[in-house]
Amino acid sequence: MGMTEHNRLVAQISAQDRELIKIVQRGLPIVSRPYAEIAHRLGTTEDDVINRLKNLIKAGAIKRYGVVVRHHELGYKSNGMVVWNVPDDKVDELGICIGKYDCVTLSYRRPRRLPDWPYNLFTMVHGHNREEVTQKVAEIAENCGLQDIDHTILFSTRRFKQRGAHYSQADNTAAADGNKPAHLKLISSKAQRSVKHDAS
Amino acid sequence: MTDSIKDYTPLEQHLLNDFQRDMSLSATPFADMAEQLGVSEDEVIESIKSLQDSGVISRVGPVFRPNRIGVSTLAAMSVPEQDLECVARIVSAFPEVNHNYEREHKYNLWFVVTASSEEHLDIVLHEIEQHAEYPLMSLPMLEDYYIDLGFELKWA
Repeated sequence: MGMTEHNRLVAQISAQDRELIKIVQRGLPIVSRPYAEIAHRLGTTEDDVINRLKNLIKAGAIKRYGVVVRHHELGYKSNGMVVWNVPDDKVDELGICIGKYDCVTLSYRRPRRLPDWPYNLFTMVHGHNREEVTQKVAEIAENCGLQDIDHTILFSTRRFKQRGAHYSQADNTAAADGNKPAHLKLISSKAQRSVKHDAS
Repeated sequence: MTDSIKDYTPLEQHLLNDFQRDMSLSATPFADMAEQLGVSEDEVIESIKSLQDSGVISRVGPVFRPNRIGVSTLAAMSVPEQDLECVARIVSAFPEVNHNYEREHKYNLWFVVTASSEEHLDIVLHEIEQHAEYPLMSLPMLEDYYIDLGFELKWA
């Protein structure tokens, strides 16, 4: 579970901004003056909230600002995580090439975990069905010159959870069991799990 | 259940497609959308609420760049089929987990874990392993090649 240099580069963000981020990452309240409502909760002004968000955009902490849709609910029923085993000196070039396609929503370099996991480039490809995804992956492979690169498509078969990232603070999610959600406590031991299975 | 984009009203289609990025940061963003679309602010607010209730819109607001305001990683587990649903539920119960999918592979459970610091992330990963009773493989992002412009919906 070793962390990388990259993960250490967390921008220095003020405590006040963190409080704001905690609220907005769950989405704006859908009301006429959403920033006024957020300001009220933070004990500040509407202008202050808007300016802080503008600064976070300027600083590059916010990548996109707007309506976040769920692909699956919009008919894009199939999503394949395509993982590629790309030579290290080619990853940047190929990652950028793949990331340009309309049907692609992620293109990340990640570490290999040999011998279990040889893949170092991860891309997410969406389509209305499995055939469409497979066909798009073949097109991408051909256009980016990846035909001979070892890759595999991991189709998602069930979605257990999907929502925006919540960058919760360490202090409210400490290791103490008392902070665990109630349902987690209930299902946290193997014995209880087997009981659950027998019952189902 | 609505399966196709064609099942949405023209207003809904515009709300879903036209404001995925560069939404105005004015005090009244929904009134701005309404003006652009030639409808009332109330209609925009009601439509967005209803699309959010039905799950088509996840939220409206900022999408944060990975590893700028917190740290995150993609984790994978290899779980026997009979245990999968239960382990998935344990994993999803962590507030630090925001995406959790079953995928067709030996590694069949894939989830994203996000925390405010590297130390916190390490603790959470360790806790997930302990509660789930399976080892996880952590694959933190090293480089992001994707410029997020939203996702253009094909109406056809």
